[in-house]
Amino acid sequence: MTTDLGMPTVASDPHGHLRGTESFPEAAHRALADTQLRRNLGHATRTIRAKRAAVVGEVDDWEELRRAGETIKADTMARLPELLVQLEEQVTARGGVVHWARDAEEANRIVVDLVRGTGADEVVKVKSMATQETGLNEALEAAGVAAFETDLAELIVQLSHDRPSHFLVPAIHRNRAEIREIFLREMPDVDPSLTDEPRRLAMAARAHLRRKFLTARVGISGVNFAVAESGTLSVVESEGNGRMCLTLPDTLITVMGVEKVVPTWRDLEVFLQLLPRSSTGERMNPYTSTWTGVTPGDGPQTFHLVLLDNGRSNVLASPDGRQALHCIRCSACLNVCPVYERTGGHAYGSIYPGPIGAVLSPQLTGISGPDDVNASLPYASSLCGACFDACPVRIDIPHLLVQQRAAAIDAHTRPTAQDATMRAMALAMTTPARFRLAERALGLGRVLAGRKQRITALPWPMSGWTNARDLPAPPPETFRQWWSRTHGEDA
Amino acid sequence: MNAREAGDAAQRSSTREIVLARLRSAREAGNPATPVVVTREFATRGRLAPGTAEVLDRLDETLTDYKATVHRVGSEAEVARAVLKVLVDAAAAAVVVPPGLPGAWLDGFDGKVRRDGPPLSVVDLDTTDAVVTAAAVAIADTGTFVLAAAAPDQGRRAITLVPDHHVCVIRAADVVCSVPEAVARLDPSSPLTFVSGPSATSDIELDRVEGVHGPRRLDVVLVGP
Repeated sequence: MTTDLGMPTVASDPHGHLRGTESFPEAAHRALADTQLRRNLGHATRTIRAKRAAVVGEVDDWEELRRAGETIKADTMARLPELLVQLEEQVTARGGVVHWARDAEEANRIVVDLVRGTGADEVVKVKSMATQETGLNEALEAAGVAAFETDLAELIVQLSHDRPSHFLVPAIHRNRAEIREIFLREMPDVDPSLTDEPRRLAMAARAHLRRKFLTARVGISGVNFAVAESGTLSVVESEGNGRMCLTLPDTLITVMGVEKVVPTWRDLEVFLQLLPRSSTGERMNPYTSTWTGVTPGDGPQTFHLVLLDNGRSNVLASPDGRQALHCIRCSACLNVCPVYERTGGHAYGSIYPGPIGAVLSPQLTGISGPDDVNASLPYASSLCGACFDACPVRIDIPHLLVQQRAAAIDAHTRPTAQDATMRAMALAMTTPARFRLAERALGLGRVLAGRKQRITALPWPMSGWTNARDLPAPPPETFRQWWSRTHGEDA
Repeated sequence: MNAREAGDAAQRSSTREIVLARLRSAREAGNPATPVVVTREFATRGRLAPGTAEVLDRLDETLTDYKATVHRVGSEAEVARAVLKVLVDAAAAAVVVPPGLPGAWLDGFDGKVRRDGPPLSVVDLDTTDAVVTAAAVAIADTGTFVLAAAAPDQGRRAITLVPDHHVCVIRAADVVCSVPEAVARLDPSSPLTFVSGPSATSDIELDRVEGVHGPRRLDVVLVGP
């Protein structure tokens, strides 16, 4: 056993949920070839962008609310250890038990032991990014406990043995016809005359899970906001599956990333306005539940709260990078991102996709070197800035993307293609004579480009560029050549 | 405490110290040079005054927009008639009510009324057609009402969750315009449920459809001008 000195530490990722197996450009190539996926994503993101714009437009003080959200989160990060201790005191005083977990394995072990302690062999789950990050379902399964995802989109993902591709709507890559197919194939009790009408599909999910809810002994949830001053936790949801899991079981186990704490109850006046309008484009989501410890006679009489670090301390240690911890998981940045809209979430490898995922995942896991696939994520952006405009807590994602690109390059322990190219360019650009010589070589490019006027494959190190996109043929003459031809006497 | 429990407790406290030590050093490393100032320049008072006809009209619109059915009555004396009509239209044979619901609100209803005290079982709730409650506060801007479990006329959370039809009576004095006004009125020490329309999902192609796990039918009796 190694000695833990309490220094900021990157995440453990036992089930590969924070890091994929191939780089973003490789995965994106395949995703872009899937026309069905692109149609599904295009339709869903267009729908949600219109809804969000309409309900955000109703709020006169939207910018003031964004600034409040931004500063409350920044203040929280500056006081995070004290706020967590306060939260722990309040939850404990109200009959809850608080656990701390350094990493994914530790959180999973705590939850598995707690579930075993109840004697239950199945649990119902509310959608939670934290438990997805740790791979809790896999850990429960290994311990012989069946975990039932109850959120409709999570259910679709679980039934089809798929991976989530969006953190609000994990099955956004599926359309109604595909969902119907999955239900017919995987739900033993489903009505065979099921149509692909969304209402019928929702009702099939209701029927499928009803008995599970009414008999479940253990519920597992995440948290949207945890109020330090009162020990109050909240879950923001739509379907009522959250209410079921939070209310009916005897035991509730809640896993939260440490960054979910907010200082005061009053802070919810800001976040309950920002979150629903930014996420599902609703004035308010159908159900928000809040609870404080254990309430005699109402809901679970045993309550455990697991506070998870798993790389968050590493993010917190970065003066700019810690903004990524302000994220309230609304997913507005995914829905407005031209890259996400075309590739979908799977191409990012991590369960945190899209612009915020591209800056959060590499910071949580750290970047181990130039071959780390998470080093490619900060490049999954055109830096257009739409994500910043949409972010309800004003996270400067474009700035963080650039900063993470720099971090990815700093992680180079041996020269890469890009380093070689940059070095060659630096060499060529140090004296005018060398630059002139280099310009002449451009003529060669016109020969390579051929009649199509496109260069589609170059040898290393330039293959780094042409693997991802074609290079237009260089013009017949450079600016300097044109200048000396037309203004020769001044040159 | 046996040896194993003592060992677990020791492990728990050392993990806690390590996580806190990590966060303390990370906080020092990443803290901005100047302290953060929280700005709250947004509106804390709504456009419409609480309890007025205008704020009730707006609540009526936003509730209806998210597929709740709104029934306006002028005074508390008319509540029973509105509730009765809703229950008869829905062919409800049995309803559950929280322990402190005004008995008069169910005057004329000849179906079975199950008062939740002592607490009904989940099976009882599942075989009950509807639930009738009051609300702690309602938000006109968002079409939301909030149920406070500690209030005797709202009751524990399960009774408004398991039955498939919720009838909620909202008094004008409890209607505010904005989210901040509602949050200021609420006490988070007992469970709260913010409800905005019948249960719904946006999980299929990001479009909202009603009718998943919570009550699929929501009627609101709005009492006031």
